[in-house]
Amino acid sequence: MIEFTLWDILRNLLLATRWTVLLSLISFIGGGAVGLGLLLLRISKRKSLRALAKYYIELFQGTPLLMQLFIAFFGLGLFGINVPAWLAAGLALILWTAAFLAEIWRGCVESVAKGQWEASASLGMGRLQQMRYVILPQALRVAVPPTVGFSVQVVKGTALTSIIGFVELSKAGTVVTNATFQPFTVYGLVALIYFALCWPLSKSSQILERKLNVAHRNH
Amino acid sequence: MSYHFEFGWLLQYYPQVVKGIVITLELVAIGGVLGISLGTFCAWVRALGPAWLKPVVAGYVELIRNTPFLIQLFFIFFGLPSLGLQLSELTAANLAMVVNLGAYSCEIIRAGIQATPKGQFEAGASLAMTPFETFRHVVLVPSLQRIWPALSSQVVIVMLGSSVVSQIAAEDLTFAANFIQSRTFRAFEAYIVSTAIYLALAILLRQVLAVAGGFIFPRRLAR
Repeated sequence: MIEFTLWDILRNLLLATRWTVLLSLISFIGGGAVGLGLLLLRISKRKSLRALAKYYIELFQGTPLLMQLFIAFFGLGLFGINVPAWLAAGLALILWTAAFLAEIWRGCVESVAKGQWEASASLGMGRLQQMRYVILPQALRVAVPPTVGFSVQVVKGTALTSIIGFVELSKAGTVVTNATFQPFTVYGLVALIYFALCWPLSKSSQILERKLNVAHRNH
Repeated sequence: MSYHFEFGWLLQYYPQVVKGIVITLELVAIGGVLGISLGTFCAWVRALGPAWLKPVVAGYVELIRNTPFLIQLFFIFFGLPSLGLQLSELTAANLAMVVNLGAYSCEIIRAGIQATPKGQFEAGASLAMTPFETFRHVVLVPSLQRIWPALSSQVVIVMLGSSVVSQIAAEDLTFAANFIQSRTFRAFEAYIVSTAIYLALAILLRQVLAVAGGFIFPRRLAR
């Protein structure tokens, strides 16, 4: 039998961590873009568009991410589309992230005082101008901490893609465990690597919250 | 290639699906009650507990909140046997959910305690209550009432997250969906239907928790 040193295990896990990081970035950026679109629908003047975005958000927040991954992976395959694991993983995570970010950002836009909308309307600004020059700059300040905080959920969410066969940190953990028969060490290390990725994000979210709040109070 | 949807055949698998729903709900019930209890204890430690215990609880909360539930589950189910602690699938799933919800609910409850006006503590002290009595009788219930909506959302999130326990062969709803899929290769129908069931369960659970909140906290919160 081959002996595996701790370094062998750690190196292989770290190599797989690249894919966790990459997938997280893709999901976060893609989800942010789709989420912004959803946000605009969610706060639009047309009732039907608002309802559409609301149902989308309810659907994606009310069902397990794992099921969304399964449907993207197995479901699309049945229509004759060949879906590689990374594509299904990226697609499902983007759509899932978008739902949460849109809802977080809606809260931020709504936290801007109503008078700001009225004031900008009285200056003859159109809806898009109001958003662009008056509302978004103020909402953005409120939005930064929870958005950074949510990125932790995205990183943790990528762990589920191991179940549909995408080889990232969690999957690598399972593979290495099967080779080394040291589940305690391997999953312990996997947890520590996830912690090393997520903890700085959580911490900076807390720090940002405090900083931006202090700035707010000084106004 | 065109695909024909057929849902009728799913009916023959209803015993598996029902069993899966029951196990998912059991996991949520046990995980919810024990997890929130653990969270309450941890919140007490962080607010008023002994100094040596505070960093332990803080470490636990940070570690759990910054690692995926799947890995926590694998660590408990595959990792702990190396320490001589062999757990059944369901016990491991339950333990993972309690540990997970314990950390999240600790943070939520702590926020509720921090939002309690300081005068409440002082009022308790002036009635010659010990800090623990004040916590138990004066602070805790209004705190829980204040954060009940957030706590309910977290329970729903944990319920949805529980779909992962199928990966250690705990026979929850997702396990049933996987079982049907592997028997019939009709993945789309199997997963669409179980996703719809999850959605219905999530909506139902939210309603039940809202109604339960009204029963547990009958009095309006004074402002």
